[in-house]
Amino acid sequence: MKFIRRIVDSIKPHFEKGGRFEKLHPAFDALETFLFVPGETTSGGVHVRDAIDLKRTMVTVIIALVPTMLFGMWNVGYQHHLAYGMEAGLMDNFMFGFWKVLPIIVVSYAAGLGVEFIFAVVKGHSVSEGYLVTGLLIPLTLPVTVPLWMVALAAIFCTLLGKEIFGGTGMNFMNPALLARAFLFFAFPAYMSGDIWTDLSPEAGQAIVDAYSGATNLVTFDTNHTLLPSAGDMFWGFEQGSIGETSVFACLIGAFILIATGIGSWKIIVSCFAGAYFMGLILNGLAPDDLPMHSMHTPAYYHWLMGGFAFGAVYMATDPVSAAQTERGKWIYGLLIGAFTVILRVFNPAYPEGVMLSILLMNVFAPLIDHVVVERHIKRRLKRA
Amino acid sequence: MSVETTVAQPEVKKSEPLFSKKNRKVVSDPLDDNNPITVQVLGICSALAVTVQVKPALIMTLGVIFVCAFSNLIIALIRDTIPNRVRIIVQLIVVALLVTIVDQVLKAYMYDVSKKLSVFVGLIITNCIIMGRLEAFAMSQRPWPSFLDGIGNGIGYGVILVVVAIFRELFGSGSLLGFKVVPQWLYDMGYVNNGLMVLPPAALFIIGIYIWVQRSRNAKLLNVS
Repeated sequence: MKFIRRIVDSIKPHFEKGGRFEKLHPAFDALETFLFVPGETTSGGVHVRDAIDLKRTMVTVIIALVPTMLFGMWNVGYQHHLAYGMEAGLMDNFMFGFWKVLPIIVVSYAAGLGVEFIFAVVKGHSVSEGYLVTGLLIPLTLPVTVPLWMVALAAIFCTLLGKEIFGGTGMNFMNPALLARAFLFFAFPAYMSGDIWTDLSPEAGQAIVDAYSGATNLVTFDTNHTLLPSAGDMFWGFEQGSIGETSVFACLIGAFILIATGIGSWKIIVSCFAGAYFMGLILNGLAPDDLPMHSMHTPAYYHWLMGGFAFGAVYMATDPVSAAQTERGKWIYGLLIGAFTVILRVFNPAYPEGVMLSILLMNVFAPLIDHVVVERHIKRRLKRA
Repeated sequence: MSVETTVAQPEVKKSEPLFSKKNRKVVSDPLDDNNPITVQVLGICSALAVTVQVKPALIMTLGVIFVCAFSNLIIALIRDTIPNRVRIIVQLIVVALLVTIVDQVLKAYMYDVSKKLSVFVGLIITNCIIMGRLEAFAMSQRPWPSFLDGIGNGIGYGVILVVVAIFRELFGSGSLLGFKVVPQWLYDMGYVNNGLMVLPPAALFIIGIYIWVQRSRNAKLLNVS
């Protein structure tokens, strides 16, 4: 560690004011604060002094994402070997997935951080840690077969148009990672839906599998909900899907970490699940009796287990920037996300993953929800006065 | 021809040169500083709808230039005789007449483009740019500057349309004006046309980026709300 410190100190003067690379100071600063705890403390008229800063917040979210990422890597290998009918051990599955997922993560970070660094240098502000989470969320929401250049394009798109254009981290009114996924979903539909969920790269000594049904639960559910796998399988995540979203269990571990550390709002997570459940119950009640296979008959709790609902509710909806800020607003925000997700899933088969679109929709409405909550509060207080 | 004669008269009186500095500014202003789409944010609807390919965008541009220029000219000619209370109706009749001419010409000579533009040719009538120019400019200016103003605003509108259409056709279909531009070897390497570019939101993104770039280069626009 001391060795690195010495190198950093020796090149530091070049990046200070008047140095040779003064313009590159933000990039240098980002690297230095990434490696070492910054020596500065808050001074001046600041009222809140807290040990938690942006970097710790982001690192906590990344720790919360680790279970889904590890399980996702294992599941990639598991699905691959399942498709070829091969027996494979725990480590075989994991290592196969690891080498498939790692390039996606690296590309996502490289592209997004590249944009951030360029912006920091041009605008002269410091690089913030916001992208650390986004860069990991993007790969976890994508199928493992996605071409790498698409990942890079999506990362650039979401950093540029989702965040930097509005003023950088903390100014984005939509969740950048979901924006990246939505961009790919609409730009390259052939690579984001259909038979693409399992990696079918050839195996030595095995016949090439070229027609493997890649129906995810959400597609099955639209045609005949009684064919869905057991609730247990869907809960633990032994199914096809995007890399990080299959296991509800892993998402719940993440949710526990987020709630225990106070990073993610438990109100949003709970109300998302509640909204989906209530909407599922309502649709059960309205379902036509003569069509027993219609998706409206799906048991309400299945909506928690299918697709990326849990992932979206835990990691995406709780994004503190794009979510509602008021406490009452968080309940409304979460309930509506859950309800819209179920509505989109049941009534719009063209967009099977409703949770992505409903979170983005509610991101847009979050300021309005806050406004209404605050206005109502003011009115009530005035009446009492 | 009739344009020449009507224009000549006021020119003689004031003896202002045909392309004086003021008149040139009338044409050049809408191209950048006062662009109808990116600064005044008018005519967005058709900018989203007809910019999937370059060719319809060009035809649409020509149509709007024609309608905008001649409706400005006609209204400026008769502006003193229009009763104030019915001026919108009179303006609409003039615009509708010109739009009908454009529509019929397109149907007669370019049927396929006319089908592609479909309802949006007819909707030039309601294009805010044209009504806006009539109300804001032609009702109070002499015919020649009004005519120039119409041409300038039509071109200002067209520039955005064509820029947006170039991006959308290039990335959405890999072609420009119908000719394949993206080479086959790129597709063989795994390149795929961007499906989002064919959808209307892409036009919104491109216009947004255009506004962003324009404002960061043009300091005059920073205080325009």
